[in-house]
Amino acid sequence: MPPPPQRSASPSQPSGKGEVSDLKLQLRQLAGIRAPGTDDGKRDLFKKVISYMTIGIDVSSVFSEMVMCSATSDIVLKKMCYLYVGNYAKHNPDLALLTINFLQRDCKDEDPMIRGLALRSLCSLRVANLVEYLVGPLGSGLKDSNSYVRMVASVGVLKLYHISVSTCLDADFPATLKHLMLNDPDAQVVANCLSALQEIWSLEASKSEEAAREREDLLSKQIIYYLLNRIREFNEWAQCTVLEVVSKYVPAESNEIFDMMDLLEDRLQHANGAVVLATIKLFLQLTLSMTDVHQQVYERIKAPLLTLVSSGSPEQSYAVLSHLHLLVTRAPFIFSSDYKHFYCQYNEPFYVKKLKLDMLTAVANESNTYEIVSELCEYAANVDISIARESIRAVGKIALQQYDVNAIVDRLLQFLEMEKDHVTAETLVLVKDLLRKYPQWSHDCIAVVGNISSNNVQEPKAKAALIWMLGEYAQDMQDAPYILEDLAENWDEEYSAEVRLHLLTAVMKCFMRRPPETQKALGAALAAGLADFHQDVHDRALFYYRLLQHNVTVSEQVVNPPKQAVSVFADTQSNEIKDRIFDEFNSLSVIYQKPSYMFTDKEHRGPFAFSEELGNLSIGTESANAVASVQLVEANDKDLLLSTSEKEEIKSTNNNGSAYSDRAYDGSISGTTSQSQLDLVSLDHTSQQNVQTDSMAIDDLLGLGMSITPTPAPLKLNAKASLDPSSFQQKWRQLPIAVSQEISVGRQGAAALTTPQNLIRHMQTHSIHCIASGGQPPNLKFFFFAQKAEDSSNYLVECIINLSTCKAQLKVKADDQSTSNAFSSIFQSAMSKFGLP
Amino acid sequence: MSAIISQFFVLSQRGDNIVFRDYRGDIPKGSAEIFFRKVKFWKQDGEEEAPPIFNVDGVNYFHVKVVGLLFVATTRANVSPSFVLELLQRIARVIKDYLGFLNEEALRKNFVLVYELLDEVVDFGYVQTTSTEVLKSYIFNEPIVVDAARLASLGPGGLFMQGHKRMPGTAVTKSVVANEPGSRRREEIFVDIIEKISMTFSSSGYILTSEIDGTIQMKSYLSGNPEVRLALNDEVSIGRGGRSVYDYGGSSGSGAVILDDCNFHESVHLDSFDVDRTLSLVPPDGEFPVMNYRMTQEFKAPFRINTLIEEAGSLRAEVILKVRAEFASSINANTIVIQMPLPTYTSRVSFEMEPGAVGQATDFKESNRRLEWSLKKIVGGSEHTLRAKLTFSQELHGNITKEAGPVSMTFIIPMYNASRLQVKYLQIAKMSKTYNPYRWVRYITQANSYVARI
Repeated sequence: MPPPPQRSASPSQPSGKGEVSDLKLQLRQLAGIRAPGTDDGKRDLFKKVISYMTIGIDVSSVFSEMVMCSATSDIVLKKMCYLYVGNYAKHNPDLALLTINFLQRDCKDEDPMIRGLALRSLCSLRVANLVEYLVGPLGSGLKDSNSYVRMVASVGVLKLYHISVSTCLDADFPATLKHLMLNDPDAQVVANCLSALQEIWSLEASKSEEAAREREDLLSKQIIYYLLNRIREFNEWAQCTVLEVVSKYVPAESNEIFDMMDLLEDRLQHANGAVVLATIKLFLQLTLSMTDVHQQVYERIKAPLLTLVSSGSPEQSYAVLSHLHLLVTRAPFIFSSDYKHFYCQYNEPFYVKKLKLDMLTAVANESNTYEIVSELCEYAANVDISIARESIRAVGKIALQQYDVNAIVDRLLQFLEMEKDHVTAETLVLVKDLLRKYPQWSHDCIAVVGNISSNNVQEPKAKAALIWMLGEYAQDMQDAPYILEDLAENWDEEYSAEVRLHLLTAVMKCFMRRPPETQKALGAALAAGLADFHQDVHDRALFYYRLLQHNVTVSEQVVNPPKQAVSVFADTQSNEIKDRIFDEFNSLSVIYQKPSYMFTDKEHRGPFAFSEELGNLSIGTESANAVASVQLVEANDKDLLLSTSEKEEIKSTNNNGSAYSDRAYDGSISGTTSQSQLDLVSLDHTSQQNVQTDSMAIDDLLGLGMSITPTPAPLKLNAKASLDPSSFQQKWRQLPIAVSQEISVGRQGAAALTTPQNLIRHMQTHSIHCIASGGQPPNLKFFFFAQKAEDSSNYLVECIINLSTCKAQLKVKADDQSTSNAFSSIFQSAMSKFGLP
Repeated sequence: MSAIISQFFVLSQRGDNIVFRDYRGDIPKGSAEIFFRKVKFWKQDGEEEAPPIFNVDGVNYFHVKVVGLLFVATTRANVSPSFVLELLQRIARVIKDYLGFLNEEALRKNFVLVYELLDEVVDFGYVQTTSTEVLKSYIFNEPIVVDAARLASLGPGGLFMQGHKRMPGTAVTKSVVANEPGSRRREEIFVDIIEKISMTFSSSGYILTSEIDGTIQMKSYLSGNPEVRLALNDEVSIGRGGRSVYDYGGSSGSGAVILDDCNFHESVHLDSFDVDRTLSLVPPDGEFPVMNYRMTQEFKAPFRINTLIEEAGSLRAEVILKVRAEFASSINANTIVIQMPLPTYTSRVSFEMEPGAVGQATDFKESNRRLEWSLKKIVGGSEHTLRAKLTFSQELHGNITKEAGPVSMTFIIPMYNASRLQVKYLQIAKMSKTYNPYRWVRYITQANSYVARI
């Protein structure tokens, strides 16, 4: 226990100096006495020491006295002493040596409790140069006749591993653990061995192939079945551990899946939510490739999840609701008749209500929208302003996803009549979005919006929305030029640069439509804009000024081009990220709504993070044989994933300018933290990629130059190349991108790609091997590798195929950079033959 | 991945460490301070209350609030959130089992015992056991029981007032290990049927949504761990399948008690449940839920609330609140509080209580513009009225009902259960004619979210 930092003295927390030396003296007096009755005195003193330790007073100076006093048969005293020693040994290794003696002696005590406790303390010292004293007691602990001692010893091995890897491995403790795991009659010993082995092999797997094999072995049919058969012997917590391991297992046939589900069916009725969620994760994972059964699983888990939501503390409800939220957003139709369960209760905390509002938005469909929106309107009048705002946003989201928005628009406009500033503000932002999607409603909306006094709108987002509408619908709003003029004249009072930018644009738009009335406003706005200290505002004003100088007709075309309604507002999260979160069901990823790589460093992602992917690859392919036949691995690398989402973003810029601009717009003003973070990350990857493409261009130039020099011998590939997934991952991380380009797959290629297997087999005939594939149509992702025939240098390829555009994004990495272009052309020619008769 | 926690600590409301246990040593110093500052000054996306789980610099912080204390776990791993939150709740329960009563003082007095428990509950971040039963053989400290006399002053409803959703144990406040002074341990078993009801009424009094969340809670002080059989009434059935749960009418007249869903404690055997509605179990020591259930079938509302608002000119209005108890006159509800948010421009409220009102109090909270009416007791079948005259600081515009309400209500009704689920008998299998332990079966209904719109 690293003591928390010292705090300033307060009545409840004495600073300690004098007290500690006092304690030291008293302990010393008692240390020598072994007479009966002194234990009570010692207990009191020990208690004081521990209490000082808890509140952060450094009591390490009484270490030797504590050790001296520990020669006792009183187990309560011993325990306090162990606690103390465990806390200070790490920072006082010399003193820790003092304790070895009595701890080793206690490890041989006849009382198994004392043996266990001493062994636990011994392993908890966390002092590297004392590990030699650990091996003996640990070895006998693992063989102890008492299960408590074995329980302690199995965790002790893990502790030793963290202090000294080599000592732990040299003593061959993992093998002993494995033996215990498969044979010990005590279920908690088995569970501890399993946890320890998972942790050890996952950490070792990157260093040795044997460890990687051992880790895989934990997922072998034999071990999985052994654990499942004993599932009821484990306590509820160990059951969670086992279920988590089992969810990584890939069954060979569907009968296995049904057997496992039958066996575990009653775990869904467990009062412990952790067991239920672990079971649900397993069921979802098992049935991923069986659409019908997967849907039945959703139906089956609904009731238990809802029961957990309402039977636990608000904190537990939150954790369960977050998972329910994920399921609801994935399959809204399954939950559409359960919408009343997502109504908010007045006493729920905000974080729960927020999730429920999201779920109501997700399940809204033709049949329930009226009721859901009515309920949301009640919340909009709520005294709790945050909830009122969120509810209005929810109504807006529903409006944007529905075909029949008639009733909703009326409701929104009623909000404006409530004359509550926060309600008005939220509603204005929504009405603006609504008009961008449904311009046909402009007449109704503008009539109401026109009545709002801009003085009552202070929030920048809302003000910007109102100003946008004034500019956009200047011809319909009688007062538009005068309101704008008023705003322009009070330029200095407007602190938000965003509002000033919008004001400039709105005045320009208004001017184009009603020049004489707006002239004054325009003059004021341009003058103020040119003098603005904010760079963007200044630049925009200058731009408009020059534009007008240049040609008014052209200005009109720039400022007021014909507009198309936005059909779909861009989703804030890519499907790939959503899938990744789903794969990490029953983890923090679901709570944070981010995949683990965004908030956790690699070593903490989980012992099976890699094999986790093995299990997941069937997503999207929906065919069971895809799982079994090829060893499929989807790389878990941050870079891999980011590069994909970043590409999606780039694509969306190209294909749909309006969607992109909307995202940028939203991102700049609001942006939930996660979103803006995401943007930031992908943004700097984009720039990185630009750099890469730049250097690529230079490469190309060089390549061009080289074509005059004698061509090197043609590249030959090894048809029987092999590479294991972990080395692939490692290489992928280490090597720079040698080639990155977009190639065409051709209609025939896309058509032939009915299952990923087709392409995998085709490429194999060209000595290019697939190591992993995944994704969901229209985006399929493959990782290939190939090896040079003469030496064993490798080529690694990431290939993302978009079936609808018939384009593929290629990234090639190579051990031997000089031949990467040659390889790339082999790859492309192989690809181009795919699907040809 | 399997859940590993790095640290566990309990903080007081002021942020003091009451206990602090580091299991893995992989979290930098000062995590308790970082956590407390974050929770205290939380403000994000309009949220003013920190969610139970958040991440600061790669460290995940989990917390649950129990009797005003913060039970916290930290980890770097991407663990199962339910696992850790459930664990925190369970650690609190185990400590309560040992101390008899859980509060800051009891924790401070018993922190050595608490450390002893923590060492056995979690080892190197991995949970070993949270069973009070199992822990008994590893624990050697005796609990120091806090002054029980003071606890009585909390009143009969006092125990239910902690926390706002899930009430903590209701059985008794005695430790599972401490011996009664001067006498031998009393053989007894407590079974509490606790129902939290949620209801939302429309402005016309129509029931919009209703739900009962029930728990059968058990606390056993029986020696020798005999098997216990708990029989529920025959009308109970558990609904399955995709039937719409808001399907009112139909079944409700027949006396059937249809639970939407339920779950059970690990120790419960359901072998004969389908035949005779019997749960059999060997109750472990300590307090635990035998069964949690959820019901959305229509049930009789225990209270009807009527709100009338009359505008009297542009600067005044009168609110008339009527509440009627719809249960039998042999039953009393207690600790009733009725609240109603008033328009923000309300400057003064004067109350007029019914003649001869006893045990009633009224309040207008200026800080949040909220009217509060509390009643110590309501007898079944009776009706109570409150008149409140509001004065506004600015002229009314628009509809006053959009500016006020809804009316919400909290209450406790002992010996009443809304679902009609009952424990028919409680059988203790022990081979002795003279053995006749005390059996307590108690019902209690409590408002969870009871709201009438205006």
